[in-house]
Amino acid sequence: MFGYYLDLALRSLRRNKMLTALMVLAIALGIGASMTTLTVLHVLSGDPLPGRSGSLYYAQIDPQDIKGMDSSKEPPEQVTLIDGLNLLHAGRADHQALMTGGSVPVQPEQSSLDPFYVEARYTSADFFGMFDAPFLYGQGWTAAEGEAKVREVVIAKSLNDKLFDGANSVGRTLRMAGTSFRIVGVLDSWQPNPHFYDLNSGSYAYGEEVFLPLQTMLELRLDRGGSTDCWGNGGGGVGNILPSNDCVWLQFWAQLDSPAKAAAYQEFLVHYSLDQKALGRFQRVPNVRLRNVMQWLDYNKVVPSDVRLQNGLAFGFLLVCLVNTVGLMLAKFMRRAAELGVRRALGASRRALFAQLLIESGVVGLVGGVGGLLLAMFGLWLVRQRPSDYAALAHLDLSMLFVTFVLAVLATLLAGLLPAWRACQIAPALQLKSN
Amino acid sequence: MEIRPILASLRKHRIPAILIVLEIALACAVLCNAVFMIGQRVVDIHRTNAIDERGIGVITVDGADPKMASSEIPRNLARLRGIAGVQAVAVTNTVPLSNNNWGWAFGTNPDTRFNDAVNVSAYFLGEGGDKALGLQLLQGRFFSSDEYADSKRGSMPLVDTHVVIVTQSVAERMWPGQPALGKVLYSKPLAYRVVGVVVDVLRPFVNSQRAWHSVFFPLSPDSALSYYVVRSAPQDRDRIVLQAQQALSELDPIAVVKGHSFTDIRDKYFADMSSMAWMLVLVCIVMLAVTAFGIVGLTSFWVQQRRRQIGIRRAVGATRGHIMQYFQTENFLLSSAGIVLGMVLAFAINLYLMHHYEMTRMPWFYPPGGAIALWALGQLAVLGPARRAAAVPPVVATRSV
Repeated sequence: MFGYYLDLALRSLRRNKMLTALMVLAIALGIGASMTTLTVLHVLSGDPLPGRSGSLYYAQIDPQDIKGMDSSKEPPEQVTLIDGLNLLHAGRADHQALMTGGSVPVQPEQSSLDPFYVEARYTSADFFGMFDAPFLYGQGWTAAEGEAKVREVVIAKSLNDKLFDGANSVGRTLRMAGTSFRIVGVLDSWQPNPHFYDLNSGSYAYGEEVFLPLQTMLELRLDRGGSTDCWGNGGGGVGNILPSNDCVWLQFWAQLDSPAKAAAYQEFLVHYSLDQKALGRFQRVPNVRLRNVMQWLDYNKVVPSDVRLQNGLAFGFLLVCLVNTVGLMLAKFMRRAAELGVRRALGASRRALFAQLLIESGVVGLVGGVGGLLLAMFGLWLVRQRPSDYAALAHLDLSMLFVTFVLAVLATLLAGLLPAWRACQIAPALQLKSN
Repeated sequence: MEIRPILASLRKHRIPAILIVLEIALACAVLCNAVFMIGQRVVDIHRTNAIDERGIGVITVDGADPKMASSEIPRNLARLRGIAGVQAVAVTNTVPLSNNNWGWAFGTNPDTRFNDAVNVSAYFLGEGGDKALGLQLLQGRFFSSDEYADSKRGSMPLVDTHVVIVTQSVAERMWPGQPALGKVLYSKPLAYRVVGVVVDVLRPFVNSQRAWHSVFFPLSPDSALSYYVVRSAPQDRDRIVLQAQQALSELDPIAVVKGHSFTDIRDKYFADMSSMAWMLVLVCIVMLAVTAFGIVGLTSFWVQQRRRQIGIRRAVGATRGHIMQYFQTENFLLSSAGIVLGMVLAFAINLYLMHHYEMTRMPWFYPPGGAIALWALGQLAVLGPARRAAAVPPVVATRSV
């Protein structure tokens, strides 16, 4: 029966090419636009470290002075150097890393290359293991080496390609900001999107090319970027002066492998705050937060609001297209009242007619889906031409491909329901008589 | 034109009529909000900026030895002045729209709490910075040579001087309705007296409401100053930027030197916004086209369904004009209903966006504007089917099909 209905549907669609084309076009345009924006949204709100992000937590504590205290407010978004080092040395998590970002000038030995700036991450040793950064050659520095302020560096594949033509550069020297560093590791291509561990330096398509021990950076006073928030008499953080201890400017991440450990760690942060208050450093009642990666991204509203707006607009557009399709489909089905009347008179049930008409709209949906897919690919290509930092990430993946077709067919079936029901209502005798 | 028969006929074709109304309502709501968003972006992109945008080139020098700043900056400036066609040169810590923001918050009295202070962007100007940027003075004066020479930064995030020049936006925000000259900006323990007010200059990083909150301080040669601003006639600019970039990288081989014209900086800053605006325009056009085709499709079907009735009307004396008018009026009625619904929907969407996104209230004239557009669109779309209806010969009335 299905095959026969399909055949009927194709015949009927061929009969009025203009109307069919209009319906397919409307569906294709609506699906194309909404899938383009939905894909961008899907890519941007994705999990940067699938499988791992649930056990990585971002710690916030409140070291601010008593002025303007409001315990319902969020604690600062970063930590001070002294608190960061205290938490790091306490070592209460399975792994932990204290970090900040900046940029350093690379002065290549090859005279053919002009000096250039690269983005740098200054971090304690556990960074690579916690965030699953893949090594192409060598490895990171150890915690002891980090504390000893070694002049060691891990570089990204892109920098390795640029300076050493992709060869194993472990053991070679890299000169940065007037200091020689020994390369101990080369990372394979690695760029978590969004750049969750430090959202101050750009959320998407941003990656550091050199990774240096935090203690080394502190000693050499390398340039740092990102945000610094101070209170009271806090200051500094300009040029090669480190921000004072009344300023937050570092990120602290903890790896906690079970929810119980996370709860215990939150407890620990409260105790730490109380201890600091007893020592006179903290003035406020403990105000701590411990969010995992996805919660942290959510809290920071990482997905640009422009993208959400565009998505809303595109779905509004899809709705317009669907209403339009309902209208066209109604016109099409009602025009075939005579044919349907004959089928009814020959014994087809209403149900059978309904099924036949729905199959017809399903076919329109499928063809519209193919058109929508092509349009979405074109739309994503357009998005990639845009200068936004996330533009390059806009690619259709398999799940989105599937969603496209499901959405197209479902939407068209939905659009076909009313016209099909309407067309089935007509009494067979009346239809035969009036013609 | 009598509209009662039209209404009666619409009542008999409720579903198609409701569909057209719905389609127009949705299109009207989406159109109003999309056009409003486009308008906001166009306003953002065309924000005024009272510097000599067309004549300025900017050369950034990063990675120079900070200890050498006091000797290298005068040397670099002298070299740049030697380039043919250069009218003025100065060094600053940042330029408008460079994304390199030096934010600070000031209050109008010594005890202003941080939360009440007004956020501004600080520009540190080396000597001659006013001329190189082409600042336009409204009141007061620019800095004197002594003020430039005496201002040091040292270990402070701000500069050690007692004078400041503010934009008119800052003056109005801090001291509404009062003259700003002679007033003092406080940020404990710092205090700066306003010696001049200039026409609005954009911040390095523009956010919607406070785009022109810029203040200017004098500063003697210092490592914070790494933007060389070179001013010339617009036609010489690109050549000079190239020459200046070459000259500075020769002088300081380990530094990273990059030159851009200011118009490039501006275009780059707003590129994303303008591409978003174009995308919205595209969506609007396609949506209107889809709506128009939908109306054409439904009305054509309608005309075909009523061929007999049309034939009868023609046979009893209606002219072609009457038939045309009938369909046009019918479309006008449907459009009007859709537009009323659409305007309500448009305001509702705007209200929702105001709550959940940084969107301002839609000015009252957007929905009526959208209404006119959709009325016109409806009339245009109905023209073809109405013509076909008018072409139905009266003789159809006597036939059975």
